[in-house]
Amino acid sequence: MVMPETTGDPVLDTMPRATGMVGSATSSAPPDERAAAVIRIENLDAYYSAFRAVKDVNLAFEARKITALIGPSGCGKSTLLRTINRMNDLVPGARVDGSVLYHGVDLYSKDVDPVEVRRRIGMVFQKANPFPKSIYDNVAFGPRINGYKGNMDELVESSLHRAALWDDVKDKLKQSGLALSGGQQQRLCIARAIATNPDVILMDEPCSALDPRATLQIEELMFELKETYTIVIVTHNMQQAARASDHTVFLSMAEDRAGYVVEEGPTLGIFTNPKSRLTEDYVSGRFG
Amino acid sequence: MSSIGSSATATAASVRAGLTGARRHDAWGLVFEALLLASLLLSLAILFVLVADVLAKAAPVFADRGAGFLTSPLSSNPAKAGIVQGLVGTAILAAIVAGLAFPFGLATAIYLEEYAADTKLTRFIQVNVRNLAGVPSVVYGLLGLSVFVAFMDTVDGTGSGRNVVAGGITLAVLVLPIVIITSIEALRAVPNAIREAGYGVGASRWEVTRQLVLPSAAPGILTGTVLALSRALGETAPLLLAGAVLGSFSGLSLSSLFTGSYTALPVIVYDWSRKPQDAFRADAAAAIVVLLLITLAANVIAVLLRNRYERAW
Amino acid sequence: MAHAAPVLPAGMSLHGSARRRRRESVVRGLFLAASLATILISVFIVAAVLFEAVGFLAQIDLGKLVGIGWFPRRGIFDVATIVLGTLIVTAIAMVIATPIGLASAIYLSEYATPRFRRSVKPILEVLAGIPSVVLGFFALTLLTPALIKPLFADANSFNLAAAGIGVGILSIPLVASVAEDAMRAVPQSLREASYGLGARRITTSLRVVFPAAVSGIVAALILATSRAIGETMVVAVAAGAPQARTINPLDPGGTMTSAMVTLATGSDQVTGNSAAFQSLFFVGLLLFLVTLALNVVGDAFVRRARQRY
Repeated sequence: MVMPETTGDPVLDTMPRATGMVGSATSSAPPDERAAAVIRIENLDAYYSAFRAVKDVNLAFEARKITALIGPSGCGKSTLLRTINRMNDLVPGARVDGSVLYHGVDLYSKDVDPVEVRRRIGMVFQKANPFPKSIYDNVAFGPRINGYKGNMDELVESSLHRAALWDDVKDKLKQSGLALSGGQQQRLCIARAIATNPDVILMDEPCSALDPRATLQIEELMFELKETYTIVIVTHNMQQAARASDHTVFLSMAEDRAGYVVEEGPTLGIFTNPKSRLTEDYVSGRFG
Repeated sequence: MSSIGSSATATAASVRAGLTGARRHDAWGLVFEALLLASLLLSLAILFVLVADVLAKAAPVFADRGAGFLTSPLSSNPAKAGIVQGLVGTAILAAIVAGLAFPFGLATAIYLEEYAADTKLTRFIQVNVRNLAGVPSVVYGLLGLSVFVAFMDTVDGTGSGRNVVAGGITLAVLVLPIVIITSIEALRAVPNAIREAGYGVGASRWEVTRQLVLPSAAPGILTGTVLALSRALGETAPLLLAGAVLGSFSGLSLSSLFTGSYTALPVIVYDWSRKPQDAFRADAAAAIVVLLLITLAANVIAVLLRNRYERAW
Repeated sequence: MAHAAPVLPAGMSLHGSARRRRRESVVRGLFLAASLATILISVFIVAAVLFEAVGFLAQIDLGKLVGIGWFPRRGIFDVATIVLGTLIVTAIAMVIATPIGLASAIYLSEYATPRFRRSVKPILEVLAGIPSVVLGFFALTLLTPALIKPLFADANSFNLAAAGIGVGILSIPLVASVAEDAMRAVPQSLREASYGLGARRITTSLRVVFPAAVSGIVAALILATSRAIGETMVVAVAAGAPQARTINPLDPGGTMTSAMVTLATGSDQVTGNSAAFQSLFFVGLLLFLVTLALNVVGDAFVRRARQRY
């Protein structure tokens, strides 16, 4: 199948082609794509005490691609994201049924240390939360506690380079991380996450507190990051999902208030040729 | 309707009268406000009168003897009696209280705020701490007398259990709940976003607590501890029960720490206040001045510490 | 490459460092131990007090608990004497602290500018921080000669009234700060609703804010009462020692608390198993139970006040 060059949709037409999978609107990938899935979620239910926040999730996140989780408020996108790096462990009463396979290892098995998980699967939060320390110490914090013995200056510099922040801050590494602008703080948080050398970066609505210019900078950064890291991003902003991601997962809330996956597939397909009526309603703004 | 026109002008006049006349009727409001302010100022005035009175009574003692008052030991002669033993005792007690209440109190606060799950045991500990905070200080004296003194009696074989260590432990236990409660509040004030960010890069709970939470909470914790210390140094009743000595006794040296008699500044104030001779009343006032200066200094240090550590980060 | 089994990159393990995990559990254990120590303290207090108090009650003839006064060294333990003393001192203290404390709280919460509040509140805190023995001295050497005696010529140099006033002064800051917190917690929207209807500040304060904050205000009064009951040194210095039973505040006397101090510091220091020594613990038990009950009730009110908003 060949998709027309322009779809007539003003958003999709301005978006750079982020995916090589032009034309396929299905959710089944050919075998070699499946084998390259870094993270595979199988039959996942996530609970907060007795309340089931997310149900029956089966997903695969491909290596070095950007996957967007979209859906209306309250449908469990953040909860799902946080099960991947076991951040939900910190919430009293939170538990999970099913498995999250990272390179084939079930992250919820008994002998897996959540602290190790979070080193390899980094996270960037909704509101930038740099530590009340210097820029240098912010980036160095993760490696230091994980016992990094190499050249810290080089590691800090390369992380800041990769977060597109080095030029802005190279002369003021000792200044407080909190003295930066909102967009810069978020890039500092990205540099901090990168410094522990993860291979997956989870982003929970990273641009929702930023102005449009800073948002665009982060999105451009994501394209560069994609060459090295697998990225999963939760976003409320549909246009952002359409612009920036290769793969999209649409979640919605069922009658029992649990979130579930309605449809997932290559981004272009989800937005131009969704298979489910619900998806079509959401992406065309009829609800959400 | 023509009636609107005429009632409009009549209304304007009555409206103006209503709005401006209201001022007269608010006299009650002003009287009320004045009464409230007077009550508040009364409390401040009482403080002022108290301090002025004590200073006036103490002045002749300092005028006559100056620093000699601070270096002379207790005596049955009011013209010679001084507070040096009280100062030493209070200093040692301060060290013991700080050394015990701070680590135990901070550790408990960290456990309750950062580690404990919301179980029955946790809630029981919290309720228990709150109750301990409300127990009268004299009851802690009973604890000191029956447990710590008895303990010291057995530890040390020869001398009396009524030593400064038993007194110090008693005071430490007294202010422990205060340290715990103020530390918990300081820990709670640290925004959760900092903890999340720490966990997000793979830090363990102790690493997050030690390297991120405690540095942020330090000003509040230190302030709380200093205030608790200041409270401990002004306490008299527990020490009286736990065996501080009234009247005079000879010297105080480090060797007699576990065996010897001791006293503290507020205990001396109590003793001298009850003596019939007026001259001792003046001595008591002078001792109070020193005691108030110490407590005031502790409060100032607490505020300074808080300001210094709240750097703009 | 098509069906390469997914496998962790070489050298990666999710097991984590055993040393780090061990350190975590040691730290957690230490902190838990410290917390349990606080329970131990309560246990010791209750045990110590109960043990001797029960010994006291077993030892004496219960008839001895009623007598002409509290003279423990003579074997006369009229409990009513010291309880009456506590009641008198506490009543006088609350009569002073309640109006002044509440009025100050209303002013600070509803009328004062932020700058005024910032400058005045620290001074109130200084008042709260004055050692009680100093207030006792003040009551004995200034309040009695300059206030009590001129008004009541036959007042004793040691009297319960001066002690009551002293305890009241100490309690003002507690009433003021808890009540003010309760009133500040009332949402601004309630005040705005009242002003919007044309009410003045006095009406709003008394008929809207005050009732809304009533749980916190009750808590303030209960906690202050408990504190007044537990207050020792003001009474010990200014009211003399417990003696013959009296209800006249101009007489010298003692409270449950000062009785304990007098007993422990008499020239013939009581020790061991004498009834006099054990009476110390008996009184302590009464005191402990009363203040515990008041504090539990007071805390419940504080929590109710916090919950409403």
